[in-house]
Amino acid sequence: MRKFETYGGALPGLNLDELSGWLIVIEGTDGAGRTTHVNRLRSQLGRLGYAVAETGLTRSDLASKGIRRAKEGNTLGSDAFNLFYATDFADRLERQIVPALRAGFVMLTDRYTYSLIARAIVRGADPDWIKQVYSFSLKPDAVFYLRIEAQDLVPRVLASGGFDYWESGMDLPMGNDLYESFIHYQSRVIQELDSLAREFRFETLEATRPVDEVSDDLFRLVSSILQSGPREIDDEGGRPMESVHPKERCF
Amino acid sequence: MEIPPYTNGDGDGRALDDRRSYGSHLNSYPGRLFIVEGIDGSGKSTQLSLLAEWLRSEGYPVLFSEWNSSPIVKQTTSRGKKRQLLSPLTFSLIHATDFADRMEREILPALKAGAVVLADRYVYTAFARDVTRGVDPAWVRSLYRFAVTPTQTFYFRVPLEVALRRILAGRPRLKYYEAGMDLGLAPDAQQSYRMFQSRILDEYETLVREFGLGVMDATKPVEGQQRILRRAIEPHLVGLRRERGLYEEV
Repeated sequence: MRKFETYGGALPGLNLDELSGWLIVIEGTDGAGRTTHVNRLRSQLGRLGYAVAETGLTRSDLASKGIRRAKEGNTLGSDAFNLFYATDFADRLERQIVPALRAGFVMLTDRYTYSLIARAIVRGADPDWIKQVYSFSLKPDAVFYLRIEAQDLVPRVLASGGFDYWESGMDLPMGNDLYESFIHYQSRVIQELDSLAREFRFETLEATRPVDEVSDDLFRLVSSILQSGPREIDDEGGRPMESVHPKERCF
Repeated sequence: MEIPPYTNGDGDGRALDDRRSYGSHLNSYPGRLFIVEGIDGSGKSTQLSLLAEWLRSEGYPVLFSEWNSSPIVKQTTSRGKKRQLLSPLTFSLIHATDFADRMEREILPALKAGAVVLADRYVYTAFARDVTRGVDPAWVRSLYRFAVTPTQTFYFRVPLEVALRRILAGRPRLKYYEAGMDLGLAPDAQQSYRMFQSRILDEYETLVREFGLGVMDATKPVEGQQRILRRAIEPHLVGLRRERGLYEEV
């Protein structure tokens, strides 16, 4: 039987046997087309009758506001920032991802722990430490890595409003030139993601190809995963379908 | 129960030789780091402020750092507490975030500058509380790996009933997480608080053995404890920069 597991740590109070559903992760740097592909997948899978939910970085109830505030002031140290992101992730894992998986949803995740680990390493965190911090996270069914070179990101970034301070790594000592810092920073992030891709066996998709082509590949790959069927829930307290209230009409 | 007198633990976290865990960031800076730990009502904060006063009067540069006080992170923590959004995991992580911010912006710079850093609660508070809440002990120890190991930690050991009497005498309105209501131990806040504190006390005893924390008998009179504290700290102050000594002897 397929079962969810974590990367070695524990999620306090959670019985992993209660989780069915699928956890599908789209990874890649900014401008790699993640949002486009998540949206497309969402409607394609919805049309096939799957219940689809979605989450992405810094969208937690708990920490999203605080992270935004901390970024505005550029006042938080790098360890604190890494842990703030981990708090945000943990909140979404427990309050968005886990409930969706419990209910048998396909959970599409626009970036997972890997982007956060890559960023942390580029900012000087010890790779062992930051991986250990995230060891409570669930192993996804698949990670699709939209890969692109830093140089190819530039036109996309310019089209969508220009260089962002953080996405250009301006908080790092990479010089005052926004363009050069952007290339340098993104190259380092891509380098780390490449190494995580090998370690955690991502499915890498060349993101510079035409959008439709990438999208078709993605849909085909995700569909084949979903065809393996949902996980069987080993939930003692759960009611089997037959025991619905007798007065309810069953079709 | 007979409470042993103050014992001199090594306080450098030697119990953990795992390089991936708390205890690997040794204090190689000119400053000194002293910690007080213990449950609510153990009297540790009173002792620490008396100590701070004395150190300042002796001319030492003192930095005081308090648990859960990072100006940026605190807002998120209190939001999480007020709305009861925190799980054992996010409770643990948000406090580690707060601690990391203070480590980077208060504690480390002060240690580098050769100051005496006094911290009211440190990683051991997280170890005791988070593990009581069901968080994996090894995970929370690795979470705090970046924390500098203290020069000396003082654990204020107090029987549960004494601490409870001190805290509950004023009939306080206990807050949800403070009372450990999130653990579902008891429906009544006071009863839950008692059970929660008792479990934390047990965890602290584990930590005393694991990290060789110095134990203070917190049932002794305030002045007596302060005397012991100063005597224990004095040898560690040798070689520290002082401001007043220059003028005193004139």
